[in-house]
Amino acid sequence: MALATDAAGSFRDLLPIVVVIAVFQLFVFDAPVEGFVSLAIGAVLVVAGLTFFIFGLRLALFPVGEGLAYSLAGKGSVFWLVIFAFLLGFGTTIAEPALIAIAAEAAQVAADADAISSTQAAQERYALSLRITVALAVGIALVIGVMRILANWSLPLMIIAGYCLVVLMTSFSPKEIIGIAYDSGGVTTSTVTVPLVAALGVGLASSLKGRNPMTDGFGLIAFASLVPIIFVLAFGIIVQ
Amino acid sequence: MTLLSESFSFIINSAIDVLPIIVFLFLFQRLVIGEPLANGRRILVGFVFVVVGLGLFLVGLEKTLFPLGRLMAAQLTDPAFLYETAGKAVSDLSWDDYYWVYLFAAAIGFSTTLAEPALIAVSMKANEVSGGAIGVWGLRVAVAIGVGAGVSLGCFRIISGMPLHYFIAAGYLVVILQTIVAPKLIVPLAYDSGGVTTSTVTVPLITALGLGLSEAIPGRSALLDGFGLVAFASLFPIISVLAYGQLAELRERVSAPQWRSQEFEEEERDAL
Repeated sequence: MALATDAAGSFRDLLPIVVVIAVFQLFVFDAPVEGFVSLAIGAVLVVAGLTFFIFGLRLALFPVGEGLAYSLAGKGSVFWLVIFAFLLGFGTTIAEPALIAIAAEAAQVAADADAISSTQAAQERYALSLRITVALAVGIALVIGVMRILANWSLPLMIIAGYCLVVLMTSFSPKEIIGIAYDSGGVTTSTVTVPLVAALGVGLASSLKGRNPMTDGFGLIAFASLVPIIFVLAFGIIVQ
Repeated sequence: MTLLSESFSFIINSAIDVLPIIVFLFLFQRLVIGEPLANGRRILVGFVFVVVGLGLFLVGLEKTLFPLGRLMAAQLTDPAFLYETAGKAVSDLSWDDYYWVYLFAAAIGFSTTLAEPALIAVSMKANEVSGGAIGVWGLRVAVAIGVGAGVSLGCFRIISGMPLHYFIAAGYLVVILQTIVAPKLIVPLAYDSGGVTTSTVTVPLITALGLGLSEAIPGRSALLDGFGLVAFASLFPIISVLAYGQLAELRERVSAPQWRSQEFEEEERDAL
């Protein structure tokens, strides 16, 4: 029953993409849509996939994230909470496919700009260092975010200070790294990590006295998108 | 038949991506917390749904929507198409001759964001935590409008050749000003929504658009100018979600009868 409701929701979620592509194909390019059957099958797969994902989200990702937050807060161990946050951020980012793709392209850019030598080995080393930099950044970001919830620091102040730092660092950074740095902030948070991290923050804020899950529980993902920009800009400045 | 075997390999791949996270979570639960997970079996079933769901989702996108979307991005930025619609060679085009690109960027940014699973997850959580005050659909539409506007403006930047950080710095400034005046409850969620918008569905399509544009336009380098669209797509939703919170507050204030005491209004706002 829940699956049927989710399926209807998924269908509605996908509809706008289908409409956009159909309208552009028919009216702007004036071309028929070829392979209609395989397109329809693909759309069914997407709807089914999204439905299963949402179903599993409620069954697994949300309860696990919140359960761990409650247990760790109940244990009262800041140490393990911080370790957990760091490992979750670092571990899920280092293998992130979108990041691997961006790092490889960034190595190409750096080689073209003569920042590093253009041999295969040098580029691979550069791409790997960049990935480690971003993964470290996400791990540290989650640690900062968790510390903020525990210590009740002001989120807007921290984020705005971070933005100011980004703008400041941009003026010192090599031109080639800027676009990559800004993009790396966006690609770090994957589909599986986001629900876990959101549940962790909300669970932590609800299990602490005097915290509001709405104002204190959210914000972890914001750090996970901001800190990598700072780290990658620093990486660019150092490598230069 | 090939689709079946390909679905299978996508499911395997998503399992390989998710497995380390599952192992880590279970190990942490066992070794650090020292007690087995409550409802362990239910959670395992849930993870199977997540893995299979992601696999099917990706194979469906990769086999059908992505190729079409990428093809369209390439066609829109093809010099022949630009010549046909504007009647001028690419080197003579000014920024306003690319209207189809802006429109496509906005439409594809908007529609892919609505289907982004990570955003659905955060909206569900926000809806639950806010006691229903923040609608799942309302928040997602707000984010989608931000992404659409952001990607469109990002394309304008590539076409006009203006520096990326001018736009980003100006955007941050707007975010700072809005943060001061927006209702407190929406701020953390708005900051988060920047990061969740850009993942599985949105990134491949807008990256294709950015690279296509920077290759087609004389004087742009794909490697220097192709990047940066994701940054637009993660900055503008912050602005649009803050605006969504401000609008909700404004509506509240307009509809609140005159005789209500100040305190009552305060409470009401806090309950947003």
